[in-house]
Amino acid sequence: MIRPDAPLLLEIHELHARVEDQPILKGVNLSVRAGEIHALMGRNGSGKSTLSKVLAGHPAYSVTSGSVRYRGDNLLELEPEQRARIGVFLGFQYPVEIPGVSNLEFLRVATNARRLERGDPELDTFAFEDLVRERLKLVQMDPAFLERSVNEGFSGGEKKRNEILQMALLEPLVAILDETDSGLDIDALRIVAEGVGQLAGPDNATLLITHYQRLLDLITPDFVHVMAAGRILRTGGKELALELERTGYDWVDQELARQPVEVA
Amino acid sequence: MPAVALPDTAAWLADLAGEPLPGRRREDWRFTDLAPLQAVAAQLWSGPDPFAQLSLPEGVSRIDPAVAKLLLDQGLQSTGGSGSWPVRLNQGASPTCLALRVSGAAAPLQLALDAAAGPGLLAVQVLLVLEPDASLELLIQHRSCAVNATSLVTVAQLGPGATLNLGVLAPGAPGASLLSHLAISQAPGSALQLTTAVGGWALSRLEPRICQLDGAAHTRLRALQLVTGQELADTHSHVQFDGPAGQLDQLHKVVADGAGRSVFNGAVRVPRQAQQTNAAQLSRSLLLSDRARVDTKPELEIVADDVKCAHGATVSRLQQNELFYLQSRGIAADQASTLLLRGYCDEVLRELPAAAASAHPLQLLLRERP
Repeated sequence: MIRPDAPLLLEIHELHARVEDQPILKGVNLSVRAGEIHALMGRNGSGKSTLSKVLAGHPAYSVTSGSVRYRGDNLLELEPEQRARIGVFLGFQYPVEIPGVSNLEFLRVATNARRLERGDPELDTFAFEDLVRERLKLVQMDPAFLERSVNEGFSGGEKKRNEILQMALLEPLVAILDETDSGLDIDALRIVAEGVGQLAGPDNATLLITHYQRLLDLITPDFVHVMAAGRILRTGGKELALELERTGYDWVDQELARQPVEVA
Repeated sequence: MPAVALPDTAAWLADLAGEPLPGRRREDWRFTDLAPLQAVAAQLWSGPDPFAQLSLPEGVSRIDPAVAKLLLDQGLQSTGGSGSWPVRLNQGASPTCLALRVSGAAAPLQLALDAAAGPGLLAVQVLLVLEPDASLELLIQHRSCAVNATSLVTVAQLGPGATLNLGVLAPGAPGASLLSHLAISQAPGSALQLTTAVGGWALSRLEPRICQLDGAAHTRLRALQLVTGQELADTHSHVQFDGPAGQLDQLHKVVADGAGRSVFNGAVRVPRQAQQTNAAQLSRSLLLSDRARVDTKPELEIVADDVKCAHGATVSRLQQNELFYLQSRGIAADQASTLLLRGYCDEVLRELPAAAASAHPLQLLLRERP
């Protein structure tokens, strides 16, 4: 839902970032307002996942220039956990398995960290179980998953549903979902998309990183951005994703060839 | 606390064992400094009989001391542990002996061996004879709160079809030492689960020796040892297959912090008669400090040609991707590290006999405040 007067949640300006000695992001500009759903598309290696990790504060990526403001404040100076607590959520492309750490305990600690930041009281074990069982319905997960170690032995679809469950518990203001649709069968994709759709509201925003139109058939984006060579090359409405589906990315090469080469 | 070597203790220990303390020139003691043991007062522990108050569940009965002596010797010989220095020390130290026979499905049993604040050497022997198809779940808890030493020799004989779930939970104390030798022989069709969790001792040495007498038995070993400060924890395990179709599933985990030192030597012997043995051994070590040291060595001797024997060893720090995942959910770095560490340890601790839960093994071993 596009509302020009909605609060600006995320403002990325001329963002450059590298991993080790390799520049990946080369001047990303993007503004996200409350209520909006953005889709970020592009070939493998175009910088989509790097952008998501930089926003979440992954220590392997260093920002070399540019800025990211979250609700007007400098996001880049915050530790990853602080970013999460104030409402930035990254749904992982490959959720990490953590043997020995109970999913239920992990979810409770994470939820309480977010609640404390918002000034809400911590939930004890019993109150949290009530909450999590209610949110489980959103992603149609079996409560037995709560008793297992975090993501350990989960199928690809179960891991992605667990990501959306975390999103449902943390109630972020900006949710960045990195290829949440990858590795999902049709039913799992529908469940995940419905979950994301139900969580999207007028006060929050969603950035969907995806390769495929099939997710966007279920979640209609307000904006579609195409990334290439570490920048957003083109921005359009939902029809841009349909165009990509028809034409592929060959036009990207032509457009990049017309542009001056940036020296890193 | 730096260990101060007292010459008279070394001589006294050598006299009890009938041979000098093993030195660094012996391969199986190469990394194990016995200085903490020599800091113990040269006297036998003089507290009350640790088994005086023990009430035995149905299906468990005491064995006549004269018979017990024979069975202990027999058990040590069948597993090849008779010549071990900790065994000889134990035998020379007039150990208190608890000898039990188990028939049928016995109720769980717990033994508490608390050297407490008493000085000197507490020596104990435990003999378990499981009759065919008998089953027992036994938790042995060691404790200490002073500069003293505990020497335990456990001998178990599992009859055909018998099941033993044996747990050793041993949170130590600064300056305290623990020497534990476990000699377990298994008849075909028997199942052994041995779970050991040791941490906080100035010196600990565990010697599990398991022999599948005619193969066709199942052995599951789970171990966790933690070191920090100047502590040293040493496990020398030895599994012998003397018949075909035996199974071993062994996981040995280490947490090494401070300037602690961890030693693991995992011997597996598969002679020619042990065809179709299926054995897997994995050693995983978590190194939390630049000054900590881990020495880990698989020692597989395989002569039979139709077997599956897998082994692996990893030494690593906390996984950065796991830390980031937790941080990205609002969990602070130090809390995330603690969660990961607890999860790492819990993989072993959750396999202790159920009775261990009430002792809060994670808190004990990680020295967390309740």
